[in-house]
Amino acid sequence: MSGANRIAGKGRLTPARTARFTFDGKSYTALQGDTVASALLANGVHLLGRSFKYHRPRGILSAGPEEPNALLDVSRDSARRQPNVRATVQEVFDGMKVESQNRWPSLAFDVGAVNDLMSPFFAAGFYYKTFMWPKKAWHGIYEPFIRRAAGLGVAPTEADPDHYASRYAHCDVLVVGAGVAGLAAALAAAEAGARVILVDEQPEVGGALHFDSGLTVNGQPGYDWAQATAARLAAMPNVQVLTRTTAFGYYNHNFVALAERVTDHIAQPDKKLPRERLWQVRAKRVVLATGAIERHMVFPKNDRPGIMLASAGRTFLNHFGVAVGAKVGVYTAHDSAYEAAFDLKRAGVAVAAIVDSRQNPGAEVLAEARRLGIEVLSGHSVINTAGRLRISSMTVARNGGGAAQKIVVDALLVSAGWTPSVHLFSQSRGKLSFEGEKQRFLPGTYAQDSLSVGACNGTDQLQAAIEEALAAGELMARATGAAGGNAVSLSGEAAFEWTGGMIGASEGAGPDTTVKAFIDFQHDVCAKDIRLAVREGMHSIEHIKRFTTNGMASDQGKLSNMHGLAIAAEALDRPIPQVGLTTFRQPYTPVTFGTIISHSRGSLFDPARKTPMHGWEEAHGAEFEDVGNWKRAWFYPKAGENMHEAVNRECRTVRTTAGLFDASTLGKIEVVGPDAATFLNLLYTNAWDTLKPGRCRYGIMTREDGYVYDDGVVGRLAEDRFHVTTTTGGAPRVLHHMEDYLQTEFPHLKVWLTSTTEQWAVIAVQGPKAREIIAPLVEGIDLSPDAFPHMSVAEGKICGVPTRLFRVSFTGELGFEVNVPADYGQAVWEAIWAQAEPLGSCAYGTETMHVLRAEKGYIIVGQDTDGTVTPDDAGVAWAVSKKKADFVGIRGLKRPDLMREGRKQLVGLLTKDPSVVLEEGAQIVADPNQPKPMTMLGHVTSSYWSENCGRSIAFALVAGGRARVGQTLYIPMPDRTIAAEVTDTVFFDKEGARING
Amino acid sequence: MLLIYCPYCEEERSELEFRGAGDAHIARSTNIAAISDEEFEAYFFLRENPKGMIFERWRHIHGCGRFFNAARDTVSDRFVKTYKAGEPKPDLHPAPATAATVETYEALEGDAQ
Amino acid sequence: MADLTQAVRRAPLTGLHGGSSTVRLTPAAPASHISLRAGPDAVFALSGALGLDLPTRPKGSASANGRTAIWLGPDEWLVIDENGADLVAIAGSSGALHAATDVSHRNTAIIVAGPGAASAINAGCPQDLSLAVFPVGAGSRTILGKAEIVLLRLAEDTFRVECWRSFSTYVFGMLTEGAEDASA
Repeated sequence: MSGANRIAGKGRLTPARTARFTFDGKSYTALQGDTVASALLANGVHLLGRSFKYHRPRGILSAGPEEPNALLDVSRDSARRQPNVRATVQEVFDGMKVESQNRWPSLAFDVGAVNDLMSPFFAAGFYYKTFMWPKKAWHGIYEPFIRRAAGLGVAPTEADPDHYASRYAHCDVLVVGAGVAGLAAALAAAEAGARVILVDEQPEVGGALHFDSGLTVNGQPGYDWAQATAARLAAMPNVQVLTRTTAFGYYNHNFVALAERVTDHIAQPDKKLPRERLWQVRAKRVVLATGAIERHMVFPKNDRPGIMLASAGRTFLNHFGVAVGAKVGVYTAHDSAYEAAFDLKRAGVAVAAIVDSRQNPGAEVLAEARRLGIEVLSGHSVINTAGRLRISSMTVARNGGGAAQKIVVDALLVSAGWTPSVHLFSQSRGKLSFEGEKQRFLPGTYAQDSLSVGACNGTDQLQAAIEEALAAGELMARATGAAGGNAVSLSGEAAFEWTGGMIGASEGAGPDTTVKAFIDFQHDVCAKDIRLAVREGMHSIEHIKRFTTNGMASDQGKLSNMHGLAIAAEALDRPIPQVGLTTFRQPYTPVTFGTIISHSRGSLFDPARKTPMHGWEEAHGAEFEDVGNWKRAWFYPKAGENMHEAVNRECRTVRTTAGLFDASTLGKIEVVGPDAATFLNLLYTNAWDTLKPGRCRYGIMTREDGYVYDDGVVGRLAEDRFHVTTTTGGAPRVLHHMEDYLQTEFPHLKVWLTSTTEQWAVIAVQGPKAREIIAPLVEGIDLSPDAFPHMSVAEGKICGVPTRLFRVSFTGELGFEVNVPADYGQAVWEAIWAQAEPLGSCAYGTETMHVLRAEKGYIIVGQDTDGTVTPDDAGVAWAVSKKKADFVGIRGLKRPDLMREGRKQLVGLLTKDPSVVLEEGAQIVADPNQPKPMTMLGHVTSSYWSENCGRSIAFALVAGGRARVGQTLYIPMPDRTIAAEVTDTVFFDKEGARING
Repeated sequence: MLLIYCPYCEEERSELEFRGAGDAHIARSTNIAAISDEEFEAYFFLRENPKGMIFERWRHIHGCGRFFNAARDTVSDRFVKTYKAGEPKPDLHPAPATAATVETYEALEGDAQ
Repeated sequence: MADLTQAVRRAPLTGLHGGSSTVRLTPAAPASHISLRAGPDAVFALSGALGLDLPTRPKGSASANGRTAIWLGPDEWLVIDENGADLVAIAGSSGALHAATDVSHRNTAIIVAGPGAASAINAGCPQDLSLAVFPVGAGSRTILGKAEIVLLRLAEDTFRVECWRSFSTYVFGMLTEGAEDASA
């Protein structure tokens, strides 16, 4: 038995196909295809949760994605648990566990409900008034209170074990919504030959046909026609039909994001399936057929469980076969709700009365009500309701006063009319226009290549909507060049044409300031709160929204926006369009983080770039550090060594014997062409035409503003071929910068640039024994100091494979950088290591590289410079050519501020206590006893323990730094002040003899 | 996510393949070393940041690699035209002004007609 | 001496294979690659030297005898020779003004084959891979997730995905997930 309220013979689910689930620990039976909402209603459960602010008992308001109330915690297992799931969207699967939220100790008895009694203290805007002062209370009291109170559900703590997929897709026509209009538009576009994607958020197509039993298309019951049409579309090669798929974001240039729920309805999903799939669709044209959302009536205590939208009552009955009550009342201002009463009555459910706030309901529905023997109280309003955990009665009175009568009901279906779903249109930046007669916003001016059809466009009449949709589908298809010839014609018929509708508060919903007539159920915003906001001076709907939080919950005011607007307009005594409408933003309904992240997690979060020698480094115990996306060997600790000890050993070994360093990540750009030297002259501060083939030079690149941008060694391989190196992190940006100038400022130059960073593995061999180590492996290059001095480059062979061998040094020692094609990198490294290890050499990492270069006063661009440092500031003014007529930065360097006295200059710092290592980034002052705020002279840029110097060393950028050499400056730290002497930047081998060894 | 017509690839491609590169048609002086401080300021620092039509540079960095120019409406993000680097600035008639400009962000939201 | 230490080549994706019921992922065999740059005047001479007609239309490619040239930009081609020919020397023999830079070890490639190949690539590539827009023989530099790739359609259901070597495990991983989803 799948619930006592299931009516035999009603609905479209199969009675034999059941599923078991639990709600708050109690087991229930559902039918496959049930939503949690329909299954619970079938079992007579109306109380599903507690409201956000007042902890009032709440039930199910809708049967669709607009649901503000019935938010539940749904889990498959302990790791697969999701809070705030809409009961009206989530399909039941066998074994699912459902829990109510925002209640303690139990749903029926919730201590937090005291907030309801305290509600005078929780009026709109109370956050802003209550939490103002004292300031001290913020961290200790207010913030924890707000954090605990905010949000309904509890976020899961375990890692999400599911995976998610993403797909880019392209189509001619994207149709959003597969109700009558969407299906018609898709059919017309598809038959015209366009590539069509049709999406609908529900498990089956049909939209309003789920509940509206009075519609037929081509003589067929509407829902059946919809399923047949979807099947026909799905069989066409040019059409893709996606159900359970929400178009949640409409972005620039017809870029529409879809979230497809793949497994959330399946009891035992195939582990290979993603839980959800993100579709990023680029459509040439978009047809929006998003329908309309029914509004609730705003009347006192309109939030009790058992009060729901009339269309929801019909959906539960006609689609799920569930009666929402045994004695059902209807309160409406629109003809559509009458049909709910008709359907219920015909299904054998007692209808207590139709209360219609209008004096003159539509004649057709009135006649049918009479024929069915349903009492209609026109010109009446519901002024109160009763029932603690579910509605038990409604109090009804004639408009304008009169005797009240209490009518016993166990469910109340309400309708204030229909709000066109213009969310996606608004997201597309289309401008809405207000239709005064029907008091609704409709698509006005389009900003993108799209069209709205059907109810979302205000086209209420069925045949008109069909024709509009067919025309739009074909028009959009033709606009993309589709030339197919199959015209489509459809005819639809509705049982009744609907009239009526209202927005704002109904009779009895105020202006009494104690009346709780809810407009926003999820944030507990009442009509009185809007009026209060206006009284307190909020005149813009944007301010009213933020003051009251109306429409700011996860349902984004799908039900409440228009009511709030109308009440505000009335209070402000201004027409609705002048009060304005808040913008609808993405996403239309909540989207999981998993879907948005999709593949970008774990090892695919970011590429982990590894050098060709990474495997060897790993096998030899290297610790790695991240440099951009690169994994670089940081240091190689031996057993028992900590980082400090390992780095000290590596530093000593390189200067006494030799070390191997993986420099493969160094950016490399091959500059080729007859104008290569001319181009480099323009891009670097140095002069390059004087560099002879076979020789290298250290180059500085400035930006146009004169600040140092990058540096590196450039080797000239031939008259027309240079091998340029850049900083590790700088390679892509330097190439982009070079291409920019080459393509747009110097396009006449015959030169081309190619990134070769990854073509070459680079093995730096540094130290007094470097030559001895590589010599046995090298062929075709004379390595003797005279033939191959410091700053040379030659092409030859090493280990039988081609090499570009550089004699360069970033350590101040005799050094070589062996470039070999990357796939040979590890083999050549191993061969060099086999030579080096017996001599007592080591492999060293980036930390040792940093220390060794600092000992020699070599800067690292990006560490010792920060984008406001000139070559002169950095102490490399010698690299700026005085003879060139032009280079990038030549004019910037002459700006007054760059030439003034007293700029920060890079200097050395030696602490008075040699054992103290300064903190990088620490600020520097002249007088540590000056009053605060102190005048800061600069900061420490690099700081290390130098094992080779037997003391700490540091670089700093200090105002007027070079004139301060010999002075003592101070570095104030939280626990002490450190004194340091300003020095030059070379701490080791000041004569520089070792490099020429 | 913009859809950008690359004048070299002769096709619309996703913004993911492109990188913006600032204002277009700002000529670097062929005698830049000699220009005045004011001229350098205008060349390097001063930009219009218009509300409406902007001429800007893009690079199809993950495609053909070419820099090109685009005329884009900064309000609607609509590209009016893209054209190759070096081609003259097109003479585009500005779109007729729409409704009166409203200066606050809030008021701009969903301003109904 | 050299014969004792003759370096062996280790391609970055050696030994990897993967895919799903509808997509097969296979690292391509090492091949010669050059980045070829030249103006329109040199196209004829370079075509002659390379033995194929260098494509001059966007997304174009040309293949002959295991050698393929893909149009990447108006003065840029990626030339691949599966027989390991010295493409720098061959281009040099054209006598025309050009730049040829060896990128044989920078690039590595994955062959993506099977009915779900396009879907697998579309997991991370924003281009329209329908046959009408990206026909057999089409090639383009583009992106796959956070990596830059060069995509070449070898057959209706077969693509060659070129990427830089340090991105290859990432690209292979993205394609693996795409392949799995393409078979779902």
